[in-house]
Amino acid sequence: MLDRLLKGSPLFYIWLVAIGGLIAIGGVAYIVQLIFGLSVTGLSRDVSWGLYIAQFNFFGGVAASVAVVLIPAFLHNYKPFHKLVTLAIFMGIAAASMAGLFILVDLGQPQRMLNVMLHPSPNSMMFWDNVAIFGYMGLFMFVGWVLLEHERAGMEPPCWMKPVIILAVACTLFFQIVEGLILQGLPGRHYWLSAIVTPRFIASAFSAGPSILLLLCFLLKRLIGFDIGEAATRTMSKIITYAMALNVFFYLMEVFTAFYSGTPGHMHPIAFLFTGHEGQIYWINFWMWGAAALALFSLALLLLPSTRNNMRLLPWILMMLVGSAWIDKSLGMMIGGMTPNVFETITKYTPSLAEILICLGVLGIGITTLTIFWKIVLDVKKQAGEY
Amino acid sequence: MKLSRRKFMKIAGVSAAGLTAAVTGVAPLTGIAAEEVKGPAYQAKGLTAKRWGMAMFVNRLQDPALIKQIAESCHKPHNVPNIPGDQEIKWIWADSYAKSFPDSLAETAKDHNFEDLMSKRFLLLCNHCENPACTKVCPTGATFKREDGIVVMDPHRCMGCRYCMVGCPYGARSFNFHNPSDFLEDVNQRYPRRMRGVVEKCNFCTERLAEGKLPYCVEASDGAIVFGDLGDRDSEISKLLRENYSLLRKPSLGTGPNVYYII
Amino acid sequence: MLKDLIKDFIDEMKPKLINDRMFIMGGLGAFVVLFTSPFWLNFLFSLFTGDDVYERPKIALPTEYKECVSTRDYMRAEHMQLLDTWRDMAVREGKREYVDANGNKWDINLQNTCMSCHANKPDFCDTCHTSNSVDPYCWDCHVEPKGNQQ
Repeated sequence: MLDRLLKGSPLFYIWLVAIGGLIAIGGVAYIVQLIFGLSVTGLSRDVSWGLYIAQFNFFGGVAASVAVVLIPAFLHNYKPFHKLVTLAIFMGIAAASMAGLFILVDLGQPQRMLNVMLHPSPNSMMFWDNVAIFGYMGLFMFVGWVLLEHERAGMEPPCWMKPVIILAVACTLFFQIVEGLILQGLPGRHYWLSAIVTPRFIASAFSAGPSILLLLCFLLKRLIGFDIGEAATRTMSKIITYAMALNVFFYLMEVFTAFYSGTPGHMHPIAFLFTGHEGQIYWINFWMWGAAALALFSLALLLLPSTRNNMRLLPWILMMLVGSAWIDKSLGMMIGGMTPNVFETITKYTPSLAEILICLGVLGIGITTLTIFWKIVLDVKKQAGEY
Repeated sequence: MKLSRRKFMKIAGVSAAGLTAAVTGVAPLTGIAAEEVKGPAYQAKGLTAKRWGMAMFVNRLQDPALIKQIAESCHKPHNVPNIPGDQEIKWIWADSYAKSFPDSLAETAKDHNFEDLMSKRFLLLCNHCENPACTKVCPTGATFKREDGIVVMDPHRCMGCRYCMVGCPYGARSFNFHNPSDFLEDVNQRYPRRMRGVVEKCNFCTERLAEGKLPYCVEASDGAIVFGDLGDRDSEISKLLRENYSLLRKPSLGTGPNVYYII
Repeated sequence: MLKDLIKDFIDEMKPKLINDRMFIMGGLGAFVVLFTSPFWLNFLFSLFTGDDVYERPKIALPTEYKECVSTRDYMRAEHMQLLDTWRDMAVREGKREYVDANGNKWDINLQNTCMSCHANKPDFCDTCHTSNSVDPYCWDCHVEPKGNQQ
């Protein structure tokens, strides 16, 4: 099936080369990081995790969001989603590979990466996360390939796929839960030591992930005329609305707990994220206010049926939603957990150029993975006469 | 690579001289037999305990010169590099009350009645917790708790994910962002350095305990730091802690620190 | 149904034109040549330089000490395993006593036991490691004995 990659339009190849350039820049930055160590990052003794783990949070969520398509399509046999299934699965694989790579580039001794498998430590959530990433990739490569083969042959998925899909759905949830638990169980980090962190992760994933999928589908419609249909778009945007409402609600619960109880540890990170410290404003404050505004505005537009069902407006709403979810779950989550530090003082963190370029490089690898898989999927769909 | 016979003899001579010096230097402390010529034989039995712990007389540890001396007494022999900036590495250092005991810092503690306590300095180091958050989160087992309560790092296994630093509520851990050898002036020949990309921290001087000696900071403190077995009711440290009022850092987190601050 | 799929899959994989077959065979051939390159490249170079026989490097043994923790043959072949075991014993298990076959006790310590006799790293460790193209990173952390620095 890979031969389909050899027959593409010029645009397809130009796109691959352009993204290849992005990967090359990220690769050079990573080589610089390998030579000089993590000293090229903006990280420090007090802020030991930054942009890399932040991106891991977000893209792990995107990977997990495949459940939003799989559950209705297979467990409820909701027909309009069938067209989306393989696209969603391969988007999930691309996102999961990015999540894995973001962990890899964060390591100080990347050649020792396999120590996680050589010396398994079940007490560490990071170990389980590793299990989840590899399990996810393996399972979904299998599921995606089998489904695609059947689509190509014009057959219904075999009956034994159902338990495998249920396992796959469990795996997505496991992935996202473990990712939340990585942060949630640390006694010294006030912003993370909250039972609502993992639920927030899931709500954020289930709103931002499908939004990205839907946005990409809008793009496909423009570029090649592939249409997932109005019913699927409407249902998906409804799911996104519910998940986003929960996401905002969970965050407000966090804010209430912190400020009504008046517990200093609980209040400080949130206060820092939005207002800075002792009258001093930090760059993250603008991003957080932006995220809050985008979240509320996009939620309001999603809640109104007239704007939600407006197919010209919907892509813009989704873009705002993805922007706010990205800021909240990556930058906000990480900087909020790290500032104030364990001494309750402020250590400034600003990602360095190398960090940003490496992140862009990883993003490039994800986009390439997505492009390659989707090219195959869409070729199969074209052959099957789906568009 | 070839070496002339003369040069070889010179090297052999220098190393033999160095070794003799090392052996004689150690002999009085460890009771190694002088006629031992097979090489460095196994030395005196090390110190053991059920649960190692530390207590500090805060009032006797206020002199900046003494604090500096204690930190150096640890950092130099452990080959801890002196890196400027916030990517620094430190095993033991002094900080204010506000930063050492932030959860005891209710707004009222800013009241003038607490000025004396607030102005004190506190020596901070790894607490070698009963229930350490760092060992729990380590995905490779590179950091773990020994049976005698000491939380140690195996730098050979650490892959530098820094999860332990995120987990530690005391900021006791440092990461080698830089190559530490670039920042070391005199290297202690008897203790290893670390490589770039691994985490390190205070090890309660396990290498010295194995030789039957007390930690460097305890020796340098002039009696202001007491080290001993908290699992033994009759140990000096247990008696001291019964007789004096002491503080623990962030006890509410349930990590069970083993470093006490007698005030 | 699964059988159909597999058959279908194999059919698709089959080279359809004679040209494809040539590409595939050519590609496989190139792979074999590249994969085995170290062997025949080495052979080619040895024809020109003439030093195709591996000579066991001469290492500088300590002169003043005759006994090691194990026999010469064992140490030559297995010192890395021994060091690995010692590392785990000392760092992870806190056991620092090693009793050799003759009942002698040794302190488990690379820098202060091994290197106090084998104080000549360039002529003891490096000679062998270099000619065998191994590059252990022990010395990134463990300090070379002073014996080398003169």
